[in-house]
Amino acid sequence: MSAVAMERPTRADAPGAFAKAAKPALSVLPFLILFLCAPLLPGWMMKVPQAWTIPFIDWTNAFIDHLRDDALFGLFSFRDFTRWIAELITWPLALVEGLLVSGFPAIGLPAMPWVMTAGLCGVLGWSLRDWRLGALAAGCVAYMAIFGKWELSMITLSVVLVAAPIAGGIGFLLGILAVKKPWFEAAIVPVLNVLQSLPHFSYLIPIAVFIGVGHKAGTIATIIFAIPPMARLTILGLKGIAEEIREAGKMAGCTRFQMLWMVEIPAARQALLVGVNQVIMQCLAMVVIASFVGARGLGHDLLFRLQSLKIGQALESGVAIVLMAIVLDQLSRAAAEKQPSHLAENTSWLARFPFVSIAIAVCVVSLVLSAITPYASVWPTEWTLSTAPLWDGLVDWITLYFFDPLQYFRDGMLLYVLIPIRGLFQQIPWTAMVALVAVAGWSLGGWRLALIVSGFVLFIAFAGFWERSLITAYMVTVAVLLCILIGLPIGIWASKTERRAKLAKLWCDTFQTFPSFIYLIPVIMLFKVGDVAAISAIIIYAMIPTIRYTVFGLRNVPQDIVEAGITSGCTQRQLLWNIRMPLAFPEIMLGINQTIMFALFMVIIAAFIGTKDIGQEIFRALTFNDAGKGLVLGLCVAFMGLTADKLITAWSAERKSRLGLV
Amino acid sequence: MSDPKIACRNLWKLYGPDPAGFLKRHDGHPTIEAIRAQGYISAVRDVSFDVMPGEILVVMGLSGSGKSTLLRCLSRLVEPTAGEVMFEGRDMLRATDNELIDLRRHKMGMVFQNFALLPHRTVLDNVAFPLQVRGTGRQERENRAREVIELVGLKGREGYYPRELSGGQQQRVGIARSLAVGPDLWFLDEPFSALDPLIRKEMQDEFLRLQKVLNKTIVFITHDFDEAIRVADRIAIMKDGAIEQLGTAEQLVTRPATPYVAKFTENIPRDRLLSVRSVMEPSAPRKPAKDAIRADALLASVARRIVTTERPIDVVDDEGALVGTLDRGSYIDALYDQEPAR
Ligand SMILES: Nc1ncnc2c1ncn2[C@@H]1O[C@H](COP(=O)(O)OP(=O)(O)O)[C@@H](O)[C@H]1O
Ligand SMILES: [Mg+2]
Repeated sequence: MSAVAMERPTRADAPGAFAKAAKPALSVLPFLILFLCAPLLPGWMMKVPQAWTIPFIDWTNAFIDHLRDDALFGLFSFRDFTRWIAELITWPLALVEGLLVSGFPAIGLPAMPWVMTAGLCGVLGWSLRDWRLGALAAGCVAYMAIFGKWELSMITLSVVLVAAPIAGGIGFLLGILAVKKPWFEAAIVPVLNVLQSLPHFSYLIPIAVFIGVGHKAGTIATIIFAIPPMARLTILGLKGIAEEIREAGKMAGCTRFQMLWMVEIPAARQALLVGVNQVIMQCLAMVVIASFVGARGLGHDLLFRLQSLKIGQALESGVAIVLMAIVLDQLSRAAAEKQPSHLAENTSWLARFPFVSIAIAVCVVSLVLSAITPYASVWPTEWTLSTAPLWDGLVDWITLYFFDPLQYFRDGMLLYVLIPIRGLFQQIPWTAMVALVAVAGWSLGGWRLALIVSGFVLFIAFAGFWERSLITAYMVTVAVLLCILIGLPIGIWASKTERRAKLAKLWCDTFQTFPSFIYLIPVIMLFKVGDVAAISAIIIYAMIPTIRYTVFGLRNVPQDIVEAGITSGCTQRQLLWNIRMPLAFPEIMLGINQTIMFALFMVIIAAFIGTKDIGQEIFRALTFNDAGKGLVLGLCVAFMGLTADKLITAWSAERKSRLGLV
Repeated sequence: MSDPKIACRNLWKLYGPDPAGFLKRHDGHPTIEAIRAQGYISAVRDVSFDVMPGEILVVMGLSGSGKSTLLRCLSRLVEPTAGEVMFEGRDMLRATDNELIDLRRHKMGMVFQNFALLPHRTVLDNVAFPLQVRGTGRQERENRAREVIELVGLKGREGYYPRELSGGQQQRVGIARSLAVGPDLWFLDEPFSALDPLIRKEMQDEFLRLQKVLNKTIVFITHDFDEAIRVADRIAIMKDGAIEQLGTAEQLVTRPATPYVAKFTENIPRDRLLSVRSVMEPSAPRKPAKDAIRADALLASVARRIVTTERPIDVVDDEGALVGTLDRGSYIDALYDQEPAR
């Protein structure tokens, strides 16, 4: 009951408690004053004066030009170097692609028959968890063959299979270095923070400059994009090892090298495999978006069909991407969760390695099969099924029966909600914004935090895209508010019973694995293009963490406190609002924090469907290969996210420690 | 008497912004008040003792009193702030990294409170780990590992993984691992504290059985006085990083050096701890009576005889020579008087 007692201060400390309660109110005061006095403010306080713009973009471009054109070490330019590196990637790419789909015509070797790929995936799933996962994996692979997505999906898969190990390896090494050398950690963690909040497109533009466009460039972008999560999880995993385990290693007389390879890395195995799962999922998300710089595969197909508004066919590709995401996620997750267990002694080789034996059998059988019938090696085109007509039918049906309501909804939203809010946002003086963030930072984490977050906002202000940023801020704000309005009740509902909570977690897990780009398909189907479509896409995608953390927070309130509430006679409603909610709120805030991050990612991708915010500028930078602009704008987006992140995590940590939850 | 196996002199371990400088500013002897006032934590404070070969020294104290840190200073898992640690007459604190690795590979073993098993290795591989680290060949190390696994009573579980074992079994693996290299010096940091009381008792018996066979030099940490009495040759009681008193269980109970030790020992069942010798009256040599009791018998074992006899009973030593007498009065005083017995 301590937490509830804390909400009702005793008389003795009333002034202190009052000051505490008044603090949040006080921190918005400067903002309110500036906002309300806007008409009286001098012009320079309203809009960032043109003359104050700092030419970050020119500087970045000058630097990039220098890298691109001037000789490094007098021999070759940096671009030559990057292109040379990129050339290296063609080898593994060709190998895996040849194996999976295109074969090796030069030496007359065909690609793996599709039954073999499906069978091996099935065995993998079976060995990692159970036969059901095996069936899922094999079924999804077979789906690609039967529904005519074989070539595209195998190209996408081969990029993931090449990019993930490279990205994982680099991230892993960076993580180890960070754990072993404190100075390196101090240097790399802030960089990782920024990189992980940089929008996808910002990665693409420098790649296009230094490597060019094409499949290779897309693969490199994918690799770079997937490095930060692995590095971060490696650091986390190695730091999470119990000190006793390390001491046991030392007492056994391990050298430093033995310590790392025989004790630390194996002991952190689980966290590292979670990192691998993240890397794979990030690779898949990025390879879809990398189709903007010419990566081939399912993403390219999807992009092409969306651009020509062939919704049915786009949905078909979307489904293939989703299935691939589910299979990759489930397989890598199962690998992370698998625990070793003992084998019976003195058994035969077959019984000791059952899955290796089955895999060999699968290979033999499929080779024999494809020798007998060509249908086993390549699915015949005349048998290919297509779901596109089905989807098109659905789209037609929706347009037929829901055109008017959808239209009304869209116009109503736009006229009565979005445009007024946008107007409001555009009236905010930039100085008010800086004041708001600085004071919030100061009251939550002292002058250090205030300095950091106001630095972020000042960067955005002086980068010269303040108006565009405000539009982004408005879209994100509206979307996040709607996410909370919808997601919180769903989360509360789902937290009521164990079964619902499990179900909610399953749905959240599944939806979160889908590459973000996928979410554009249904909204284009319903709302075509524009703000309403963009905000809808953001809401679907960004609501997931709010629901997840709400369920998690509410279900993890310490049981004894809940029981104390029950025995003091609380009704269910009182239990929720007086006990569960206040205690879960710090956790829920972390969910909302994630929601903001997700929303920022999505709002930039939504530039594809014609928004007018900062994302559109980044999108344009991509078309003009303006790397400086793309990077600086990307930083603006990252800094928006980091500002929210720093403030919310500081608040949540302080609140949790006050509730005694840590 | 032989030389001590391991010894420490004026050992200090302070946590804080500048421990070494702080210690120097106070001439190496800051008071506990000064330490606290300046925001330092004294995990180990001016500790000195010797451990003789084959002896079991138990270090006990409440949680946070610095037991683990003391142990880790002895094994140099933690670098002491000041003082010296001598292992077989060699200065441990001067040992280079390589010498330290060598010492740990051949001379020391340690058992941890939460077992600290490597989760990805089978029982066999966990036990063989210290041997593998020092480069023993597979066949040889597995043979040796099987030997120790049998010694701790886990035969048949060699292929299991730690998570498939109960807590007691896991700690048996921990013990087997620490014994695999045949160490001379054995450190145990609250080895049985994470176990249920019944299992704990069983493991203590197991430990005593092993020690009878192996006869190692042991530093054993616990916060449980009963456990300390069961296994110890001598007991050191720690408080706030310093040793309040070091002696046999009997000495601690009968002659506590500080009120803290007295309080610590007041609830100990004395009749199972004190011997007749510690409470008898010395007497001049003469021929003992036929019904004399032995000086090293525990009070509990002669209770009935003493309480039912009115006159003082003669006490004899191992050779049967008279050493003293014990009467009902002083017997009852020794058991029930909270004052130390005279
Ligand atoms: N790395 C550390 N940094 C700061 N204080 C520590 C550290 N390790 C231990 N301490 C402090 O030293 C004291 C003794 O700890 P420890 O030796 O673990 O006690 P015990 O094993 O008797 O429970 C405790 O107050 C603990 O908080
Ligand atoms: Mg301890």
